[in-house]
Amino acid sequence: MLKRAVKLLRTNISNNGGRSSSSFTYFAEKTPENRGPTEKLNMFQAINNALDLVLRTDPSSVIFGEDVGFGGVFRCSLDLQKKYGKERVFNTPLCEQGIVGFGIGLAVTGTTAIAEIQFADYMFPAFDQIVNEAAKYRYRSGNLFNCGKLTIRTPSSAIGHGGLYHSQSPESYYTHTPGLKIVIPRGALKAKGLLLACIRDEDPCIFFEPKSLYRAATDEVPVGDYECELGKADILRTGTDVTLIGWGPQVHVLLEVADLAKEKLKVNCEVIDLVSLLPWDKQTVINSIKKTGKVLIAHEAPKTSGFGGEIASTIQEECFLHLEAPVSRVTGFDTPFPHVFEPFYLPNKWRCFEAVQNLVCF
Amino acid sequence: MFAKSLRSFHLSRKLYTRHYCLAAQEPSFNRIETQYVNNLKIVEGTEQIPIYRLLDVDGELLNASEFPSIDKNLVQRFYKYMRTLKEVDKILYECQRQGRISFYMTGYGEEGVQIGSAAGLNDDDLVFPQYRETGVLLWRGFTIDQCIDQCFGNKKDAGKGKQMPIHYGSKDHHYVTVSSPLGTQLPQAVGAAYSYKMMKNKKCTIVYFGEGAASEGDAHAAFNFAATLQCPIIFFCRNNGYAISTPATEQYRGDGIAGRGSAYGIAALKVDGNDVLGVYKATRIARNYAVENNSPIIVEAMTYRRGHHSTSDDSTAYRRQEEIDQWKKLDPIVRLQNFMEKYGMWDNELQSKWVESIRKQILNSVVQSEKVKKPKWQEMFSDVYHDLPPHLQEQQQYMENHVKKYKQYYPLNDFEQS
Ligand SMILES: Cc1ncc(C[n+]2csc(CCOP(=O)(O)OP(=O)(O)O)c2C)c(N)n1
Repeated sequence: MLKRAVKLLRTNISNNGGRSSSSFTYFAEKTPENRGPTEKLNMFQAINNALDLVLRTDPSSVIFGEDVGFGGVFRCSLDLQKKYGKERVFNTPLCEQGIVGFGIGLAVTGTTAIAEIQFADYMFPAFDQIVNEAAKYRYRSGNLFNCGKLTIRTPSSAIGHGGLYHSQSPESYYTHTPGLKIVIPRGALKAKGLLLACIRDEDPCIFFEPKSLYRAATDEVPVGDYECELGKADILRTGTDVTLIGWGPQVHVLLEVADLAKEKLKVNCEVIDLVSLLPWDKQTVINSIKKTGKVLIAHEAPKTSGFGGEIASTIQEECFLHLEAPVSRVTGFDTPFPHVFEPFYLPNKWRCFEAVQNLVCF
Repeated sequence: MFAKSLRSFHLSRKLYTRHYCLAAQEPSFNRIETQYVNNLKIVEGTEQIPIYRLLDVDGELLNASEFPSIDKNLVQRFYKYMRTLKEVDKILYECQRQGRISFYMTGYGEEGVQIGSAAGLNDDDLVFPQYRETGVLLWRGFTIDQCIDQCFGNKKDAGKGKQMPIHYGSKDHHYVTVSSPLGTQLPQAVGAAYSYKMMKNKKCTIVYFGEGAASEGDAHAAFNFAATLQCPIIFFCRNNGYAISTPATEQYRGDGIAGRGSAYGIAALKVDGNDVLGVYKATRIARNYAVENNSPIIVEAMTYRRGHHSTSDDSTAYRRQEEIDQWKKLDPIVRLQNFMEKYGMWDNELQSKWVESIRKQILNSVVQSEKVKKPKWQEMFSDVYHDLPPHLQEQQQYMENHVKKYKQYYPLNDFEQS
């Protein structure tokens, strides 16, 4: 009865106070030719698939975190506890510092530890364990001990209605920490290959999973085992006029911008997905800018001390004489991530397009 | 000394048992009266703290002497606020389902915890909420309109549309704005209590948290600070059995959150959270204890989260319907109604007409609130700092120019124009 009463109100509304629609259009991956059979999976299913594969093939592996037992709030560990038991897939108490510290301990003693932090926004209680412990284990012990078998997965970035604490892109806090590897997939196919690479990598990795991609990103994903190389950027579109650099969902914004620029400005953009922020693929970026002379870097995180600044200064060091315009950055603003103002906060395609226009006209 | 006691432990186990009373010769450990024994015993578990209740499941008053002068008006207010909270929850939950607001969290089953505890406080005791405490705000006079404006994030929202729905805050109602990161409010509430102690203002602070949040490192810090620095604070744990999907059995072992009190040197009690009178009484006593002794106290209200965790959750994925139904029988609102009927406090007016008028009021508020524009988008830049620093002025100017040029791509009509 109440349902009806509330529904009847609908006639009175003009604007939409609820969820805003997705801020990008997903560009699916090309189906790979040499990796055997594939299946259509979205990103949470691809991650689930990778985790399943690890649990099946690596008997020492465990998955843990808040609410992972029933599948995790984003369904990435769905049915894994049923399949592999409570000893290998389990809930922890609600304590991020505990999750990471516990994970380090597992890793130090040879267990493949896959920790989930429910939201990247909630990883900060574990900052000490990550920055002072995980990142420095190998170095401080003269390589007697390491926690390379630790991988931290965590959902990040904008979702349309997440406000301050379900939207942040905190990657650059971690890229400032030697000893960690930082990886962000742009879709389902990459997510599976990169996650497998992170889990098997010899160093602790943080795997940011842009949560807007969980359902929106559907690819033909190889059924079998494969890895995507860490530290390697992907050139998604080749072009000669302007280089566009991003990661995660921003890559899809940039692909759309490249189309727009082609259509409206007759400009050929080269689009690079950095994929790995630490270490990052300098050479691919440098080669591209030596060709185009113009570059736009875009990320959702705030501008000041965002990873774009790091890329920009490297470009300036390595490509100074090739640059035909100042390095351009389009980013989130230097404010907390706001709830109702999200459409004004994000580095959307129009802000990026305007920047490309400015680069071209410089 | 220690070697000696060890030696006697080894040598004389069978011959004699001797208690070393240290009072005279040995130093004490942190001023705690110490006993030495030579028969080693592992201590496993401790005594359970019983759960206090005034009303039984059927609404029968269990201890009339505990509550000599039950104030009919107060009881009726309890009922009205619990019921109002439930109606607000039902309607806003539906609003979310229909995409009118982006998110919501209900307090189904926990109405007694919220209203009873709010009533047990003084209205100017400072509240540090978690998020499932809307009833506390309502009790203090925060209006339904104010709730709904916040959920819509319109320009009448005191929080200026910056946070997700249910992140209420009100200075007038001594209620610090909700923050999503769990546990962070606990040590803050201890600091605020210390402030109050220095001010000698006879107020306390109360911090609400779930049994899940109690696992955070911040909870440990807060307990320990409050104990060592002697702060007038109520640690109010809403133990509702679940932290999203994680049952309390996977959250902690031992005698719950109140059971931790003795280890920290903090007084503690447990109360039946589905008995609003019990919660009221317990909170009142806890409040007086905290203020009179400048000491912390833990109140653990045992209850059950009958709704989904939030609108992002489907709890049937991890618990059985029968379990939920079982708790439905313990509903705090029904229990209070039964009590009122038995003791001649029930007024049939409370049922149909009054509930209908509340519903109308809420629905009307939704209609009004929905029409109100969001704050002007430039508000995005305000309140990051006290003043707008140059780099933010620059970013705002850049965005003004951009939006002017690309206005058709921005939802400007939903926002107040500057
Ligand atoms: C630091 C942090 N970690 C994780 C979360 C995600 N989260 C939000 S509510 C919640 C469960 C809280 O349970 P509890 O404290 O028992 O309160 P209840 O929801 O049962 O009222 C979790 C894990 C968060 N908000 N903050």
